[in-house]
Amino acid sequence: MTETREGLDAPTVPKLFVNEHTASDESNTVIDVNKLDVHYGTFCAVRGVSMKIKENRVTAFIGPSGCGKSTVLRCFNRMNDLIPGARVTGEINFFGQDLYAAEVDPTEMRSRVGMVFQKPNPFPKSIYDNVAFGLKVNGYTGNYPDAVERSLKRAALWGEVKDRLKENALQLSGGQQQRLCIARALAPEPEVLLMDEPASALDPISTLAIEQLINDLCKDVSIIIVTHNMQQAARVSHETAFFMVNDDRAGYLVEFDDTSKIFTNPNDERTEAYITGRFS
Amino acid sequence: MSDPTTDGGEPRFRRRSKTWEGGAVKWLFLACALVSILTTVGILVSLVINAWGFFTEIPIWDYLFGTRWSPILKPRDYGVLPLVSGTLLVTLIGALVAIPIGLASAIFLSEYAPDRLRRIIKPVLEILGGIPTVVYGYFALTWVTPQIQKILPDLLVFNALSAGLVLGLMIIPMVSSLSEDAMLAVPRSLKQAAYALGATRLEVSISIVVPAALSGVIAACIIGISRAIGETMLVTIAAGATPKLTLNPLESIQTMTAYIVQLSLGETPHGSLEFNTIFAVGLLLFFMTLVMNVGGHYVVRRWGLRYE
Amino acid sequence: MRSPSSFNHHLGRRKILGSIALVMFMSSVVVGILGLVVLLAQILFQGLEWLSPELIFNFPSRHPEQAGLKAAIFGTVWLMGLTAAFTVPVGVGAAIYLEEYASENWLTRLIEVNIANLAGVPSIVYGLLGLALFVQWLSMGRSVLAGALTMSLLVLPIVILASREAIKAVPETYRQAAFALGATKWEVVRSVVLPSASPGVLTGIILAMSRAIGETAPVIAISALVYLTFIPQNPLDRFTVLPIQIFNWIARPQEDFRGLAAGGIIVLLIILLSMNALAVFLRNRYQKQSVE
Repeated sequence: MTETREGLDAPTVPKLFVNEHTASDESNTVIDVNKLDVHYGTFCAVRGVSMKIKENRVTAFIGPSGCGKSTVLRCFNRMNDLIPGARVTGEINFFGQDLYAAEVDPTEMRSRVGMVFQKPNPFPKSIYDNVAFGLKVNGYTGNYPDAVERSLKRAALWGEVKDRLKENALQLSGGQQQRLCIARALAPEPEVLLMDEPASALDPISTLAIEQLINDLCKDVSIIIVTHNMQQAARVSHETAFFMVNDDRAGYLVEFDDTSKIFTNPNDERTEAYITGRFS
Repeated sequence: MSDPTTDGGEPRFRRRSKTWEGGAVKWLFLACALVSILTTVGILVSLVINAWGFFTEIPIWDYLFGTRWSPILKPRDYGVLPLVSGTLLVTLIGALVAIPIGLASAIFLSEYAPDRLRRIIKPVLEILGGIPTVVYGYFALTWVTPQIQKILPDLLVFNALSAGLVLGLMIIPMVSSLSEDAMLAVPRSLKQAAYALGATRLEVSISIVVPAALSGVIAACIIGISRAIGETMLVTIAAGATPKLTLNPLESIQTMTAYIVQLSLGETPHGSLEFNTIFAVGLLLFFMTLVMNVGGHYVVRRWGLRYE
Repeated sequence: MRSPSSFNHHLGRRKILGSIALVMFMSSVVVGILGLVVLLAQILFQGLEWLSPELIFNFPSRHPEQAGLKAAIFGTVWLMGLTAAFTVPVGVGAAIYLEEYASENWLTRLIEVNIANLAGVPSIVYGLLGLALFVQWLSMGRSVLAGALTMSLLVLPIVILASREAIKAVPETYRQAAFALGATKWEVVRSVVLPSASPGVLTGIILAMSRAIGETAPVIAISALVYLTFIPQNPLDRFTVLPIQIFNWIARPQEDFRGLAAGGIIVLLIILLSMNALAVFLRNRYQKQSVE
């Protein structure tokens, strides 16, 4: 049972480059990627990505700007379908089932793979209605107030908002709004949570709060996080994937391994060059 | 050090007397801009002064709440309610047509239609808004009324229904275009968040986009209604010239605007009580549309577009 | 962990609802377009046979075969010419003031609020203003001059709005370069801003005029006539315009006059179409130029 927080404790001082996760735990594969290519029209954005994302672990995607990390992330919940001209080839298996098979309905599958965006984007509705939206569209049959409370507790926001659930979500601070977006994404009880630079628009205190959240959440939810912040990737993730851009401007996967290995003894020299800051 | 402007005795840069010219020009343009204020003042003054002649003879209470309008034919009555009800009846029918259709078109154009399709449809709908209203009046009288008479034989030649339906057609582009602008202003990130939660396109449109754009949509409806209230030629041609306090759209009525036209074309002498009725009616019409327009702007300012 | 039974996705139902909604939304668009098509078809059907030289060159008459739009066309030309003469300088001048000279104060706000409100005032009310102010108080009589002044007030907000947009679109760098060379404000406006904005201003003027051509109500209030058999010789003459003549024919009971009205409408629509096409053409050319 996950220990749920009512609110925020004072954030603990982060230990740089030392990860408390042990990567040798046995774990199932939740997402299996095989030779993934993504094209926007004639432009190839991502080429030849293959990887296995482990269940109930935190996987970080790092790499310079424009190398396709977000593009690959958006394939996992078929958000790329919404972009006209986007074409995905290759295979992405979610618990063994091909995500892009004809019989898979993206609308339903998005309730199992949730997403948190870079800039907090709560709906201009009440806090309660924000979290309840995911329950409503997915036909939740249980007790709504209980489920809303559960999600807000999982996102470590309950204590701060429990007396003002009817207030407009836009009244919250930036860090609170992002935690609300996390609560909102958790309401449909997804098995995977995709986070696209969730803390990059936030102040350092809120950032650390989100990182602690990720640590707690990954016991129930597989988390994939795209981040520009290498220290964050090192603090938070079990495994790290390093992406880069080719000469033809297509992104590709350079190295994918345990986080401690990537950041202390990477196999590829390009990885080493990136993490030591020789380019960004 | 020799002064380059006067070197050789010949000034190289002659100072031009620009200041007076610049100042005069500014005042000239200001005067042009003030014309707008003068226009509003002019409207108010001309309406009030001429309506004054009316109100000194007819108590305002009788005017605003009287239920019989007959300023020319005896027995004379000066209650404006029949004209107001005629205006509102036609406007109501028009709104019932234009608001659902305009809204639905806006949702289609902003949420469903691919770019190329939108670029074709929008100008076509704009054409509807550019057609002179006499043309709409002609259409209502010569086509719409006969067609409805096939289904409803009791329909009179001049009736509120045909006028209202065509009025609705006429203001569809206004409602649609303004609503669409409001919907397009909803940030993409909100829609993306909704899709990512597993919502269908319909659910995103109805539960997220329309509520977020609601103030703009309401303003669009208000502006459309205001336009309908002020419409003149269509209702003059198609709705009739019989002031009547009724809710029956099959009957012939007269709107405030149509009355003003009718009297203007008549032989009534200037300055008479009968003539001043057009200013009294005009004043009421002006206030009705003013309240609606101000209301529309207020709605947008107070509840508009706050996403972050 | 997720309990699968607590979510009933109702996918089938939601997809059907979505399809029904799509059909309804599309139908709405179709209704609007269909209405337009039926309207135009009806007019063409009734009016094509009445299109003839007599329609253009004759004066109105009690006999439909001899009736024509001559008085109306000349009246329209007179009215449009005088309207443009008043509204263009005032409208462009107001736009220049608001964009180049005005500062953020109560007066500027008041002016802008007024312009916004005036755009929503019913056109018949402008007719009453013109009647009281120009026809009676300034004793211009029911003349084409009074009509033009009234009409120019009516379309002034359109001209101001379009001109403001055009002026706003002039890149700031043009102005800065001119200032840096020592030009005064007025010189910058006259020699840099206005030439650059003129295509957009012109487009706005054409659109305003095309709106004015179709306006009937204020002209009726001013001229109070629908049957005229002469053309104006000077600004103080009485006049009639195209939409009023059409209105007059519509109001006649005889079937033939209905056809005449339709013919007149076709003429009016052709004029409007040409003006709008011109405006669109100018707008496209202007956009191409500013991109270079």
